Amino acid sequence: MSRVCWGWILVGTLLLLLSASVSAQPPIVVGSKPFGESYLLAELFAQIMEARGLSVTRRPGLGGTEIVFPALVRGDIDLYPEYTGSGLRVILKQDSSKLPFEVFDTVSRTFAAQYDLRWLPPLGFENTYAMSVRTEMAERLGLRTLSDAARVSSTLRAGFTADFIGQVDGLPALRDAYGLAPREVNALAPAVKYQALASGAVDIIDAYSTDGLLARYPLTVLEDDRRVFPPYDAAALVRGAVARDRPAVIAALSELSGRLDVRLMRRLNERIEVDGEPVARVAADTLRDLGLVSSDVTPRSTSQRDRSRSTGAAGVLAYLQAERLNLWRMTLRHLVLVGLSLGLAVLAGVALALSLNRIRFAEPVIRAVGVLQTIPGLALLAFMIPVLGIGTLPAVTALFLYSLYPIVRNTFTGIRGADSGAVAAAHALGMTPGQVLRYVRLPLASPIIVAGIRTAAVVNVGTATLAALVGAGGLGHPIVAGLALADTRMILSGAIPAALLALAVDASLGWLQRRVTPAYARGQV
Amino acid sequence: MTPILAARHLRKTFGTSVRALDDVTLEVAAGECVALVGESGSGKTTLLRCFNAMQHVDEGQVAVEGDAVESLDPVALRRRIGYVPQDGGLLPHWSILRNASMVPWLCGQAASAEAGRAALAQVGLDADEFGQRYPHELSGGQRQRVAIARALAASPRIVLLDEPFGALDAITRADVQAMFGTLRRETHVAALLVTHDLHEAVRLADRIAVMRGGRIEQCATPRELMDAPASTYVTELFARSRVTAAEVP
Repeated sequence: MSRVCWGWILVGTLLLLLSASVSAQPPIVVGSKPFGESYLLAELFAQIMEARGLSVTRRPGLGGTEIVFPALVRGDIDLYPEYTGSGLRVILKQDSSKLPFEVFDTVSRTFAAQYDLRWLPPLGFENTYAMSVRTEMAERLGLRTLSDAARVSSTLRAGFTADFIGQVDGLPALRDAYGLAPREVNALAPAVKYQALASGAVDIIDAYSTDGLLARYPLTVLEDDRRVFPPYDAAALVRGAVARDRPAVIAALSELSGRLDVRLMRRLNERIEVDGEPVARVAADTLRDLGLVSSDVTPRSTSQRDRSRSTGAAGVLAYLQAERLNLWRMTLRHLVLVGLSLGLAVLAGVALALSLNRIRFAEPVIRAVGVLQTIPGLALLAFMIPVLGIGTLPAVTALFLYSLYPIVRNTFTGIRGADSGAVAAAHALGMTPGQVLRYVRLPLASPIIVAGIRTAAVVNVGTATLAALVGAGGLGHPIVAGLALADTRMILSGAIPAALLALAVDASLGWLQRRVTPAYARGQV
Repeated sequence: MTPILAARHLRKTFGTSVRALDDVTLEVAAGECVALVGESGSGKTTLLRCFNAMQHVDEGQVAVEGDAVESLDPVALRRRIGYVPQDGGLLPHWSILRNASMVPWLCGQAASAEAGRAALAQVGLDADEFGQRYPHELSGGQRQRVAIARALAASPRIVLLDEPFGALDAITRADVQAMFGTLRRETHVAALLVTHDLHEAVRLADRIAVMRGGRIEQCATPRELMDAPASTYVTELFARSRVTAAEVP
């Protein structure tokens, strides 16, 4: 295992050196979580700062709180939109149902003391959980509050986001306070929750009070009569150092404080999630409507494309065509992530397997490497943020760790299993152990080793889409953004090239595998 | 004259109880062929492997051309002793010529391919016809010929053979045995031959060491073993194998 450790450190050092850059007044890095409203708030922050002459780097769609918060604490990003209730429950792990100003006061003081982070004054709206049922059912069963729902909860089928099911302020809190225990709990992506509820596939969902879709369906929001959910006031969460050294940043962001109300947010979210308008355009319109930028200023826009929501084959193709330059860039970026992590995994994996070849407790070590495979991608990335930050480094490290097992396993098996008669004869006729390895064991094992690399590479191409959650880019970027913005074409624009890339990688390594397979062994591999 | 191979009072125990060698003493003279016969587990292969440092003993001395084996570099020692295993042990991903040239190449000889060609010719294989083929393209008998060529390509004074003809059918075996017998007389290479087959031992060896339970029951010429067996085991071995007086030179 120590080899793996040293490998990490080496990789880390190299990448830090590569990515180190020096600049006097660095751009302000704005992050967001991977859902529509967070994208929009981050874009509002970015545009207001740009309008005030500050340079900004956007890192939208990082993973959930478990990714984006450590990234902020480390200083990989300078700010992101957060909700006071999440700060209280998820980050501080405090359980209380206080009044909004009390919660804001608590998180302000505690975050400043514990993390050197500043909560800017709230933006003016709350995005809390809006537990929703079909109005037809609410009327039939007489459901008005969560207490009412708890009475009939043994008959309910719930469709909740994975976050809500696990988070302390989600389903566990409802279970404790109301005894709400649905008959079945399905984990659903935010984008499909409403449809699942409307179609009757589930009976209750965890909507958000600012969701644009809330008004689109005949739904009833159940009242939180025991005030289980703390206030979820949205605000900018900023690094203390930025607050101290860059007053212009705070001044620009504070212009948004108190300017966004629930009705406005619901409409903006609807424009993004339902109408499919680009986030940049919606943000620009908002700043102009609020009178924060003059109407003759054309805001920098990242994607001014037309998004009429045609998701038919022709629509997707047209979209891919329009986005081809972006897609090329992201595909190359994807290949860099895959190539770098796979290359390092080949070096480290083969070296590890060779060193294990001579020791007796090799099997437990290989199994330990195998355990790495079982760690969910998001969890592995989340573990690494405090140490490695966000961006290329944690992504390549995670992909490296995922690629290791098939390479180590196959190399070890291949070398151990090499034709024992040939190995013994080569040894007995005077080859040194190094020569036996180089001229006999490795060549005989190479088809199996390449097969392991092939497995690792295909898995790697797929897993690398998760890299977008730590801001490393690649083809996962449009997938994450598309999921957040409920945009099927955007999801497909990442998923289709990723699938094609996996097929291409598989085919080219398959060709290599046949090339290194000697004639006598053809038909076995 | 110093024996080319000498083993004195060798003992080797595997694990705690399996006695592979139990006070074994054996000498092979230059140019002589000695066969080790006996049942599986009698210690034949263990004894053979002591001479090229593939096996270490618990007690006793092993000497090659007068030098104690433990004082020699094992890799250098192995390069000057030919070795033929039962399955041939050819490298499946190397051409026949490269296999045959392996030991001269390991020794750093500039003309290793020439040595390989000459060795292939000695075992009756034309390098132009077979040199660029691979082991899986040859018959079993041809592969054993290549294995013998590989063992002799660097012109060693000693060759160790571990059941070299055991896996061949009767007709092929007779051919390869005859070829080896001729080749040995021409090159005067000393040979230590492990075999199950008493007929083969009688045919090829100057002397036969009968092994049983890690000990040498008797070591003598085939004629002496037949005429004056040292134990009932030796008598029975000849009787069971149906070796006739006509076979024994």
